[in-house]
Amino acid sequence: MEDERIFSDICGGRLALQRRYYSSFCREFCVSCPRLSLRSLTSVTCTVWLVAYGLFTLCENSTILSAAIFITVLGLLGYLHFVKIDQETLLIIDSLGIQMTSSYASGKENTTFIEMDKVKDIVINEAIYMQKVIYYLCILLKDPREPQKISQVVPVFQSAKPRLDCLIEVYKSCQEVLAHQKATTTRS
Amino acid sequence: MVLKAFFPTCCTSADSGLLVGRWVPEQNSAVVLAVVHFPFIPIQVKELLAQVQQASQVGLAVVGTWCHRQQESEESLGHFLEGLGTIFSHNPWLQLCRERGSKFWSCKATHHQGPGIAGVSREDHVILIFYDQRKVLLSYLHPPTILPDGQARDATASSEGLAAIFDTVSRSEVLFCKDQFDEGPVRLSHWQSEGVEASIFMELAKQASGPVCLLVTCLLSLVSAASACRLWKLWPLPFIASKLSTCEQLHHRLEHLTLVFSTQKAQSPAQLMRKANMLVSMLLDVALGLTLLSWLHSNNRIGQLADALIPMADHVAEELQHLLQWLMGAPAGLKMNRALDQVLGRFFLYHIHLWISYIHLMSPFIERILWHVGLSACLGLTVALSILSDILALLTFHIYCFYVYGARLYCLKICGLSSLWRLFRGKKWNVLRQRVDSCSYDLDQLFIGTLLFTILVFLLPTTALYYLVFTLLRLLVVTVQGLIHLLVDLINSLPLYSLGLRLCRPYRLAAGVKFRILEHEAGRPLRLLMQINPLPYSSVVRTYRLPSCGCHPKYSWGSLCRKLFFGELIYPWKQRGDKQD
Repeated sequence: MEDERIFSDICGGRLALQRRYYSSFCREFCVSCPRLSLRSLTSVTCTVWLVAYGLFTLCENSTILSAAIFITVLGLLGYLHFVKIDQETLLIIDSLGIQMTSSYASGKENTTFIEMDKVKDIVINEAIYMQKVIYYLCILLKDPREPQKISQVVPVFQSAKPRLDCLIEVYKSCQEVLAHQKATTTRS
Repeated sequence: MVLKAFFPTCCTSADSGLLVGRWVPEQNSAVVLAVVHFPFIPIQVKELLAQVQQASQVGLAVVGTWCHRQQESEESLGHFLEGLGTIFSHNPWLQLCRERGSKFWSCKATHHQGPGIAGVSREDHVILIFYDQRKVLLSYLHPPTILPDGQARDATASSEGLAAIFDTVSRSEVLFCKDQFDEGPVRLSHWQSEGVEASIFMELAKQASGPVCLLVTCLLSLVSAASACRLWKLWPLPFIASKLSTCEQLHHRLEHLTLVFSTQKAQSPAQLMRKANMLVSMLLDVALGLTLLSWLHSNNRIGQLADALIPMADHVAEELQHLLQWLMGAPAGLKMNRALDQVLGRFFLYHIHLWISYIHLMSPFIERILWHVGLSACLGLTVALSILSDILALLTFHIYCFYVYGARLYCLKICGLSSLWRLFRGKKWNVLRQRVDSCSYDLDQLFIGTLLFTILVFLLPTTALYYLVFTLLRLLVVTVQGLIHLLVDLINSLPLYSLGLRLCRPYRLAAGVKFRILEHEAGRPLRLLMQINPLPYSSVVRTYRLPSCGCHPKYSWGSLCRKLFFGELIYPWKQRGDKQD
């Protein structure tokens, strides 16, 4: 089963949430941000080149122009490879674990897998971010020595920052899987 | 709980047979290690499993059947496989089946409720997880599971999460040593090494490593015996040695060599990696040093360097003289105390004069000294760089002297001013109690104090200016030395072997695993592909960094500024004081 819904992030940008239900114990949520728009790319490039041309007319040194070209190209590559995250995926598999993947615009993927016996719970948390209060989904990890305590909080969808309505959707589905897990563990 | 079956990718095209593996009841998962083909005699299979179990301490069992429907007539085989469940009793009994022409597998897990009641069974959800046996076998999971001391080797396989799967596969290496083309009583299908290329060299190296290690250890013990000789303990020598970075570097390298060529086998993978890192960093060091040596000895570059060195020292001295003359006048329009200014300036000029004559006395020998220093590069680039840093320290000894004089004078003034300032407020420093107490002074004392305070205040700018200029010069030299030390440290501590391993064989250093969902069809078990998630480069460097020399002062910027303001001496004298504390 697969469906796609449109939500917005905390700044009002467009976000698409894809849900894939492989079975009752394996679900995948995929939040995709809009791709790099041509308009912003053009405007940044034009600004850099105009500044470079201004400097060139001032000091008449042509290395400035070539440096500007290098800076734009390297900056674009660095931005695509290290900064711009296109898609964030949360895969939750019952009794196995939770996997978070963020795919960068250049195709690089960064994956973290958390085993289920380390997960204590999944909750929605409040945080102060810049001048506003935002909500975020996070995974609470158990302290290996004291199972009742929390050792670490891992935020999910860190770069997309979806709004509360989207988080609630994901939260409910995740809780279903976790409840299923708890029920079967106690039974067997 | 959902049942998880870990299945090796290399067995997906194997013929039908039995699944051999380990059942982990805590996680409700079965790790399949190999497939036993038909025909077999059940007793022999059980014997084989018992042998492997004894060698590897892993509870191996027949966990189910594997049916690859390509040629066989399907009906008869199905019944036959079900019958096998009664011979090898295992709970739950897995029944994996791959059909012809279909990508999707069917998988059944049957729980037999009691031994007597056949047919009453419960079926579970199953997830099929494919893993690459070779990569899982060779990979080393980070962070390593910490076992209590003493039971690291002989403990039975752990059952903590995914580490259990890695552990099971790596412990069952005995099973993978059996050749699958052997005409033995039991035919197995599993991952098998395709043989090591150029293995004759590997064998020769293995044979040679023992004697080489012994020889090097003997040589090293000789060297360390010589360095422990009592002659070196005479008074000035240990002090000088502690100040020379070359000695520190040589000592550091000696320790590395002793560790690398020790005849003991590495206890753990981390230690093995440490040894390999040390060896590679040393080899790189020596290679770079030899390159430097060949560069220096071609085209008489040493002669050119020696010729250029004396004029450079002269030039520096000349610049310093100019600087002093500028300070003795009215520097930057400041009006100084003329008499003190002249005295200080003459004193420093005389010092420079002394230094220049010393350098000129040395000049005939400089080329020979440089030639010998160049030879030391064959011990490694780091040694050569340390010697360079020491030479720099010796050549700029006058700057250091100026700095010490300036700092001492300035410190004296600051101390005097602060104690006199307490006198004005009717307080004094109580040495016994280490605190400021109030005190009533006489009129005479106050008068003398005021006079001294005035004199000190008016003389302070002159001293402060000299102190400032020479501190800046000293800081420049210390920065250059620091950069050289940083380079040495980089070569010393960079884990090159681990980085190379991460670059060429990413699966060897695993940070964990990641799963990919394979194509799915409703009503069939979910299929996942388990891949190794390699450790990021930053944590490779953090985990495997070799300890550096540790001969640098560890100041924070704040404490450095404080020390500079109060005229306390910075590097290298203060470091010794810290050790005494």
